[in-house]
Amino acid sequence: MKKYTYTDKKDTRSGFGDAITQLGNTKENVVALTADVTGSVKMGDFAKQHPDRFFNVGIQEANMIGMAAGFTLENKIPFAATFAEFISGRVYDQIRQVVAYSEKNVKICASHAGLTVGEDGATHQALEDLGMMKMLPGMVVINPCDYNQTKAATLAIADYQGPVYLRFGRPKVPNFTPENQKFEIGKAVVLNEGIDVSIFATGHLVWPAIEAAERLEAEGVSVDLINIHTIKPLDKTAVLNSAKKTGAVVSCEEHNRLGGLGESIAGLLAAEHPTPQAFVAVNDVFGESGTGDELMRKYGLDADGIYKAAKKVLTQK
Amino acid sequence: MIMSDKNIEEYPSQIRRDIVRMVHDVQSGHPGGSLGTVEFFTALFFELLDINPEKFTVNSTGEDTFILSNGHITPVYYSTLARRGYFDIKELATFRRLGTRLQGHPSVHDGLPGIRIASGSLGQGLSVALGVAQGKKLNNDPHLVYTLHGDGELQEGQIWEAVLYAGAKGVDNLIATVDYNNAQIDGTVDDVLSLGNLQAKFEAFNWQVVNINNGNNLQEVIDGLKHAKSLTGKGRPVAVLLHTKMGYGIDFMQGDYRWHGKPLNDEQLAKALAQLPKTLGDY
Repeated sequence: MKKYTYTDKKDTRSGFGDAITQLGNTKENVVALTADVTGSVKMGDFAKQHPDRFFNVGIQEANMIGMAAGFTLENKIPFAATFAEFISGRVYDQIRQVVAYSEKNVKICASHAGLTVGEDGATHQALEDLGMMKMLPGMVVINPCDYNQTKAATLAIADYQGPVYLRFGRPKVPNFTPENQKFEIGKAVVLNEGIDVSIFATGHLVWPAIEAAERLEAEGVSVDLINIHTIKPLDKTAVLNSAKKTGAVVSCEEHNRLGGLGESIAGLLAAEHPTPQAFVAVNDVFGESGTGDELMRKYGLDADGIYKAAKKVLTQK
Repeated sequence: MIMSDKNIEEYPSQIRRDIVRMVHDVQSGHPGGSLGTVEFFTALFFELLDINPEKFTVNSTGEDTFILSNGHITPVYYSTLARRGYFDIKELATFRRLGTRLQGHPSVHDGLPGIRIASGSLGQGLSVALGVAQGKKLNNDPHLVYTLHGDGELQEGQIWEAVLYAGAKGVDNLIATVDYNNAQIDGTVDDVLSLGNLQAKFEAFNWQVVNINNGNNLQEVIDGLKHAKSLTGKGRPVAVLLHTKMGYGIDFMQGDYRWHGKPLNDEQLAKALAQLPKTLGDY
């Protein structure tokens, strides 16, 4: 198997923050909005360098989404950022009406997603956001895996015309994808080619999936490992080709099993190429307080959980 | 007056004919608030707004922008847009029909000229207007942003987020009008959930307030909106309390909240049309 290494761990939110700072200097029509969490979503440099284009609305997420939609009428590209929990479910109707249905070029930037927000507990752990967002017609949903990829994704969505939900997180995770990579919306990234089992991972689960694949390969299991950074539009060709090749599938995500990447893959395969599938996801429960690592382990969202899921699905072929 | 070939006073009666005919034809829609705001729409679109219907684009740079926040009053909105030249008045006959661009509530998705944002789920238009207004400031565009809200709509919390923001940040290129008719679906606003002293509330949030005491008198509405316009650019947003009567212009509908979302039957339509001169010709 191809060897993946990293020199440092970095948080994906900093990838977003460094990209938004860069966009502030390269695109005059980019405006940045946040709701009293400037530092947490790494918008501090943008705010300092472009105070006229930075809007801290206070603790007003609904107003922020409406304002973002309004800015597009004046040819601006608004990037609105706060915690994933508060920029998805809390403002779902606003996103539905004035962003998605109104076809506005708003970038919804969701930080601190998933269990890895950690000690704050379930109130702050968005595990349903990917499902809600992928159900909105026309919404692009992106969940990159590390700092470099989040930075590349942020730059890429500025050049895409239309609503986007970009999800990233708080913890420092291995930064292993290429610096200055080209990010193609909707195009899955093949990390390893194999013939026995397909592992589709997104976001923070991609690195643990690499670790699980290394263990499986060491045991002689050939793994087709694919990073699905774009939940919607799903790269159907990549999923189908892999499933046809291996005949067994594992999906991995820091999200509720209901409504997540796994369901998107299952829905595609059920219609086009029925395939046994194991789901590495949170199984329809809320999270809780703890460190990010502790929580990922407890809920089985780690290399060991992915390894076991692969072993299980291999018996179903 | 912008429309030089027609007298502005001819519009209200014709728009009211359009409203009752549209709603009767499809047996669906919201005539009450539509009838009550005819003078506002006439004043705004035929006197106040600097707009280019022939060159409409979904973005609003370089012209005044109107955001309808209480999206259910599409009959008056669509009639006014058509009569102002955004699309052919014949298309009013498709209102709420399968395949129409004239959706039950305003839609961008269907490409109707004049519509720049969807509304219908209440309480969101003022936030959108704040984005437009601040965008105009970034663009050094002196044009203004106008909104319309129902008074019942002010029960939505998001409205007060936006009111707080606009006052605190001094968004002064914005005129928000409230259709102050004291009527909503379930009864009077006072009975359902009173707004209390609305003027004092706006003023406490650092807004300037203009009252238009007879919002169904065209000249009074024009004068009131022009006064509101004169208050822009002074560091504070402007609220207009437009005192209207729901169902205005038709004797058996006027002042009755039950006409919020109820269509007229054949007999009622005939009675209504008999009270409304055909000033410009029906669609």
